[in-house]
Amino acid sequence: MGRYVARRLLQMIPVFIGTTLLIFIMVNVLPGDPVRALWGDKPPDPAQVAQIRHDRGLDLPLWEQYLHYMKGLLQGDFGKTIAGNRPVLDEITQAFPVSLRLAAMAWSFELVVGITLGVLAGIRRGRIVDNGVTLFTLLVISVPIFVIGRLFQLYFGNELEWITPTVQDSENLGQLMVPALVLGMVGLAYVARLTRTSVAENRSADYMRTAVAKGLPRKRIITRHLLRNSLIPVVTYLGTDIGALMSGAVITEGIFNVTGVGNLLFQGLAHREGAVIVGIVTVLVLVYLVASLIVDLLYAVLDPRIRYA
Amino acid sequence: MRGAKSAKWVAIAGVVALTATACGGGDDSSSGSGKVDPKGIVSYANGEPQNALQPSNTMEAYGSVVIDSLFTGLVHYDKQGNITYENAESVTPDKANKVWTVKLKPGWKFHNGEAVTAKSYVDAWNWAADPANGQQNSGWYRDIAGYDKVHPEKGKAKSKSMEGLKVVDDNTFTITLNTGIPYYAYKLVYAPFYPMPSAALKDPKKYGEAPVGNGPYKFKSWDHKKSVQVTAWSGYKGDAKPKNGGINFKAYTTPQAAYDDLRSDNVDTMPLIPDSELANFKQDFGDRAIEQDFSAINTVNPAFYSKTFKDVDVKVIQGLSMAIDRDTIAKTTFAGTRESATGWVAKGVKGYKADACGEFCKFNPKKAKQFVKDGGGVPGNKVSIQYNADQPHKGWVTAVCNSITKSTGVKCVGDPKTDFQADTEVRDKKQVKAMYRSGWVLDYPFNGNFLADLYGTGVDGNKGGFSDKKFDELTKKADAAKTVDESAELYQKAEARLAETFPGIPLWYNKVLSASSKNVKNVKFDQAGDPVLTDIEVFEK
Repeated sequence: MGRYVARRLLQMIPVFIGTTLLIFIMVNVLPGDPVRALWGDKPPDPAQVAQIRHDRGLDLPLWEQYLHYMKGLLQGDFGKTIAGNRPVLDEITQAFPVSLRLAAMAWSFELVVGITLGVLAGIRRGRIVDNGVTLFTLLVISVPIFVIGRLFQLYFGNELEWITPTVQDSENLGQLMVPALVLGMVGLAYVARLTRTSVAENRSADYMRTAVAKGLPRKRIITRHLLRNSLIPVVTYLGTDIGALMSGAVITEGIFNVTGVGNLLFQGLAHREGAVIVGIVTVLVLVYLVASLIVDLLYAVLDPRIRYA
Repeated sequence: MRGAKSAKWVAIAGVVALTATACGGGDDSSSGSGKVDPKGIVSYANGEPQNALQPSNTMEAYGSVVIDSLFTGLVHYDKQGNITYENAESVTPDKANKVWTVKLKPGWKFHNGEAVTAKSYVDAWNWAADPANGQQNSGWYRDIAGYDKVHPEKGKAKSKSMEGLKVVDDNTFTITLNTGIPYYAYKLVYAPFYPMPSAALKDPKKYGEAPVGNGPYKFKSWDHKKSVQVTAWSGYKGDAKPKNGGINFKAYTTPQAAYDDLRSDNVDTMPLIPDSELANFKQDFGDRAIEQDFSAINTVNPAFYSKTFKDVDVKVIQGLSMAIDRDTIAKTTFAGTRESATGWVAKGVKGYKADACGEFCKFNPKKAKQFVKDGGGVPGNKVSIQYNADQPHKGWVTAVCNSITKSTGVKCVGDPKTDFQADTEVRDKKQVKAMYRSGWVLDYPFNGNFLADLYGTGVDGNKGGFSDKKFDELTKKADAAKTVDESAELYQKAEARLAETFPGIPLWYNKVLSASSKNVKNVKFDQAGDPVLTDIEVFEK
């Protein structure tokens, strides 16, 4: 187990370097010069452009920029933005807690509601509950997220006036409720479907028959025997979804004006803020790597037959 | 969510949570009292300012609107494009329009109590001109003698101050220009010409986070990415005293989000209705919808270095211009929110002349076809219009193209570039295939700003590579005129010349499209499309 974790941690290093390098190169080959863009429609000032390029190290060759960037990163320095010359770390530390909260809410929503629906549908396969869940998830998966988001916003916000159409304070948990609901909607549908299939499949397994024959109480059969064995694909999905929820919030955050990572990433891309994009992606890569490691370790907890060497 | 018990429960729980966290959008509608609260705060849908809040470093809209609320400059202008005096008592040129004497109104103070003197202006400008201080707007001082020493094209500054700026006494200073410019006072409207207190130059970084100005509003707080707040300042000496208690500039990331908040009165006004709502905003807001002229123009410009237009006969471009049914497109694609252009200068600036483009800007398919034919046609019988796809340009570009093809038989296609950055890069590198879309909002309300700065040979704003000796001569003459009026008139002659050379096809004048919430009244926008914040009145709650 210890060796396994160590090996996984070591594997993270090349993955980390590879992804950051790729993103770094990709951002740099995008058309359009971010420094020139500061002047918008108006003609830029060559002396000032040169000054800004020099300040941010943009006049160096790409490989040197990357080395500088990685060197800074190891010391916790994410570089500076082109517009405004603000430390990227400040921007990230401001946006991450917001997205983290939003993602956590959406995630727990997926977890609790998704698994509950899935289990219910799984045990009563073919019955009305099952059909209901199937129909609901089909609907959610097939309707694009921005449609759901806009509908929620227009209906609850502008028509019923239960909520403000956009989030007024991104740190207020209550206001993040609806965006989190929208954000977690698709994941919820997938979790419900995965759970349903898995539960339905395992219901006829030998150990289930044994458990029933032993005369165990129904609740115990479902939670200890059925659910535990059915959760492995679900846990895999939920694990990788943490990262996806954080970066995938671009649309939801945009609709509800939440100032999180998704929004920051979008703005960064629109303004070609290389340091911001690479910085966020770096953190997201870390989140993904750690989440998938935890998922892999959880397998052993759920199913002791899975062992690591 | 139907069928399952637990699903029902979740739905109910969701609804309960929503009601519990609702922010009382519903009670605001009872603003019928009609009484005005002079201490009421106006909320304005803005975005996060790009740079630190220094006047000489702010050129994009989100920062500019904040800076303009905090500062009052020497001069401003009225609806007819005439100069009005603000912090200046007078701004007078010598006979050659070369040495300008600025007299300040005495007794003005900054928000921190420091007196606004001639030195506050001179020091601020000299500081901002120095490239080491990284001020984006420093190019605005280039008319002043000695600017090239402080701000050379390359390398470090050779001098710390421009020799053209001289403090005479506390309330007087002079500006000596490289060459005489009759309308120089108009340029002084712009933000880089605002004064700064001495503390600003000592610690510019701190100042950029909490600016101290001399304007109607005093800086209160800047909560990054959330809001900038300013409050009405009782010590203000200018005429436009705030009729409200302050402004809350709320940061929005999309205009759509701002629009939805405006509809439910969570924000009081916004700069521009998003294009997706053009068709319904008048219905949504009724008499609270705002539609106003402002001085901006849209054009489609040929790239004269491209294969298509290299040795083109001007008749072809005139023909293409006549092939465009401006009125219909304005009515359909823009839902009547643009106005057909009749010249190259936008309305509302000094020297604007209606119909400068004459018959060439009027839809006439028959003549259009004849003109294109007489001019020898376009190579390959095909033109394209380059635009940036991150803004809603596709609709009208397609409409313009259809109109051209239908009238003249010349094939016309849109040439989208992913976003504005990519678009400007192609323009800067002179790689436009045929034509590109362009827009221009006034820098200062004078017709020369729309002419010499866009179509002069080799000027920065001239991206199409247009060059006409006669036009250059005319603008030179206009710049050498004795008075503003004379200069404006001479510029009109230069504009008339454009009808014969056609460096750009005028399309539409923009309008400010906005609305106000139920909480406020008297929301207006000025010639530059900026809100007149001091006039907004807030109803009592």
